[in-house]
Amino acid sequence: MPSETQQFWIMRDPLRCSGCRLCEVACSLHHEGTVWPEASRIRVYELVPGVDVPHLCSQCDDYPCVEACNFDALRVDERTAAVLVDPEKCTLCGACVVACPGRVPRIVPAKDHVLICDLCGGDPQCVKACSNAGYNALTLTPRRPSPLHKLYAEHPLETARRLAPQIYGEKQVI
Amino acid sequence: MLGGYHARLLVVDLSREKTSILELDEEVLRKYVGGRGLAVYLLYKELGNRWEQVDPLGPENPLLILAGPLTGFYPGIKVVVSGKSPQSNGVVGSVVSSEVGLELRAASYDGMMIRGASKDPVYILVNGDNVEIRGAEDMWGLRATELIGYINRKIYPELLRKSPAKGVPREPAYLYIGPGGESRVRTAAVMAKLAHAAGYGGYGAVMGAKKLKAVIVKGYGPLPRPAEPGKLRDLMSSVWEKLISRQSFRQWGTAAGGYSTGYVSSSEPIRNWQEEWHDRRELGVQSIETLWAKRFWGDYGCPTTCMKISVVRKGPYKGSVTDAPDYELIAYVGTNLGIFEPEKIVYMSSLVDELGLDAINTGNLLGFVAELYEKGLITRDMLDGVEPRWGDPDSFAKLLELIVERRSLGDVLAEGTYRAALKLSEMLGQDVTRYAVQVKGVAVGAHGVRSKLDYPQPHAYAASVQGGDHTSVATLPVDSDWGELWMVFADSAVICAFNAVDFKTMLAYYNAVTGASLSREEWFDQHSRRILALQRILLLLGGPDVYWDPRLHDDNPDRFYEPLPSGPRRGMSADRGEVSEMLRKYYAELGWDEYGVPTREELERLGLGEAYQLVRRVKNRFHLK
Repeated sequence: MPSETQQFWIMRDPLRCSGCRLCEVACSLHHEGTVWPEASRIRVYELVPGVDVPHLCSQCDDYPCVEACNFDALRVDERTAAVLVDPEKCTLCGACVVACPGRVPRIVPAKDHVLICDLCGGDPQCVKACSNAGYNALTLTPRRPSPLHKLYAEHPLETARRLAPQIYGEKQVI
Repeated sequence: MLGGYHARLLVVDLSREKTSILELDEEVLRKYVGGRGLAVYLLYKELGNRWEQVDPLGPENPLLILAGPLTGFYPGIKVVVSGKSPQSNGVVGSVVSSEVGLELRAASYDGMMIRGASKDPVYILVNGDNVEIRGAEDMWGLRATELIGYINRKIYPELLRKSPAKGVPREPAYLYIGPGGESRVRTAAVMAKLAHAAGYGGYGAVMGAKKLKAVIVKGYGPLPRPAEPGKLRDLMSSVWEKLISRQSFRQWGTAAGGYSTGYVSSSEPIRNWQEEWHDRRELGVQSIETLWAKRFWGDYGCPTTCMKISVVRKGPYKGSVTDAPDYELIAYVGTNLGIFEPEKIVYMSSLVDELGLDAINTGNLLGFVAELYEKGLITRDMLDGVEPRWGDPDSFAKLLELIVERRSLGDVLAEGTYRAALKLSEMLGQDVTRYAVQVKGVAVGAHGVRSKLDYPQPHAYAASVQGGDHTSVATLPVDSDWGELWMVFADSAVICAFNAVDFKTMLAYYNAVTGASLSREEWFDQHSRRILALQRILLLLGGPDVYWDPRLHDDNPDRFYEPLPSGPRRGMSADRGEVSEMLRKYYAELGWDEYGVPTREELERLGLGEAYQLVRRVKNRFHLK
């Protein structure tokens, strides 16, 4: 458990990611009480076999999603810096999804509010699952204001396009 | 009601272009569970009364894609592909790692049944509640990586636009065939991802016969509610922990077998099983791992990640990409063809993947042809100029083209090792089935029985309801771990056998998900035997082209009775007396008669009295008492 005062973010390394999705299983068990792939707040995309792209909120310094919400449904948790959703106020309009440079927030059928990583209140289950298995594709990292976080908020197709040639060379797999 | 099921299958009829739902009742699910067990039950019910007449490559044969109650809950993800097998003419539960099982469950189905056949190439797209049969003219002919690219460029963007979710839904999962399946090659696999194959059974040919290029599935909901979520979470954590502790298997996967199965166990196929021992250190996993671009690669929920990705970065085979290759491929498209260099094996493995062929059955076929060629029984002219030579991947690549395109003798070879051997025996006027290392139309997996140093017992393949399948091996005593009755559990609950733990924990898992209170005794004395008995009966019914007389075909390939020519186990071979003794014991333990036919009493005990009508047909055909 990280200290109470220090804020953290989840650094992700697609080159270490095995595509095992233990993170997704842990996330949906924690938040939904069952295995629910689409409702996981962290998601690993594998558009191209072996090219695994972990994808989740990276808490941009300027929080464009929070800015974009017209219903006051999103706020920044002072303690963890995570984006918290107020299910009562969320109208599922999708403005936050569009505002996010990585299209990270998710609205899925059967959920009445948008899904965004809440860092599990400071003790992220996905990171535990990943590090217990020894992959360390997700690591809990002290958070300092930095424009670099935003670079991680990227559409998974873009990330996959960049990484695919490492395995497939010139083959047109994406 | 049982937890962990939607208790319904999506039925797609390609002839009528209609979809419907098949509800599954609780009693059936309790007895037949899912995956292989459910496949056997559904096929028995639907086709049992005319099994012998059903052409596996005809529209009457349904293609089944079945998850199980543990799909998505138990670590790792598998799905079972089944139907009447164009290899064995029985039922094979062909297991493949694919998130299609997960996505189907997220779309509120426990599986799919695909009926009929299309005139023109099609694919099926399941997107949430929406199911479509669509033209696949542009996809027909594509190889694996081309198809992956096509789906990423043409179909995924459409899913993004039409998704009932906002944000970026994860990519759909899909099963597909390559050019091999399109040509109805009986060694063609139903493929997933890059190199994952439902290989045994030849179901790629079934898809090809239906003109079905791919099944693409995207679901959005949760898995069906487990009965006891709290217990399930505890079990999941404890199984994760057990699997994570298996470090060397995680590190090397099955690739370590490439050297050790030959050198240590003397049970690796070499040059069509003429030998089973080698000391080629360059085949050690330490060499293979130098090609790994990804050391740990896993499917949904799997902490083991025994898959690896190999890439050849220089030399004549530059650009070849495949998984580990795992042991069966190292053996079957490597040593069985006299190829011992890792780069060449990666090339061969990538080639069979690209063509959508099962490496085990296809490597077995290539080895068979190469031996006939070596012996001068078939000539260059018969092979349209191709000269298959041990150790030469380029010659085997040409042979593969010949088979997939069904050119000249390729048309005969495309029927798989056994059927090709029958036809060639006719053409050549001499028996060449003795060079076909298969059991009941299915290639024997790359674990020989002669040295007695590997896990399959002498009768393992001879008595298996899935023929040469090295995962469903007849084992004494019948309730052994890794024996057939045990494997029927793994294949029906649908878990990855490589993630299996002690049976007690797996049962507890099943009970936590379903809320049943299944005991070990009930499984090994009742449920598993019901499934195995029906699978055995359908296998012996066989047809329409070939049949298995248990007195002749419950046996090892002839080659296993030849003495091993090399290695520390030189001179050893299978022993006919011992094999028949073990067959007799195996049948007796299962309550089957001396020919391995389930008895009326046993069927009645299992509540399958009506299946005795089918048994009668078996007995009549072979004049068994």
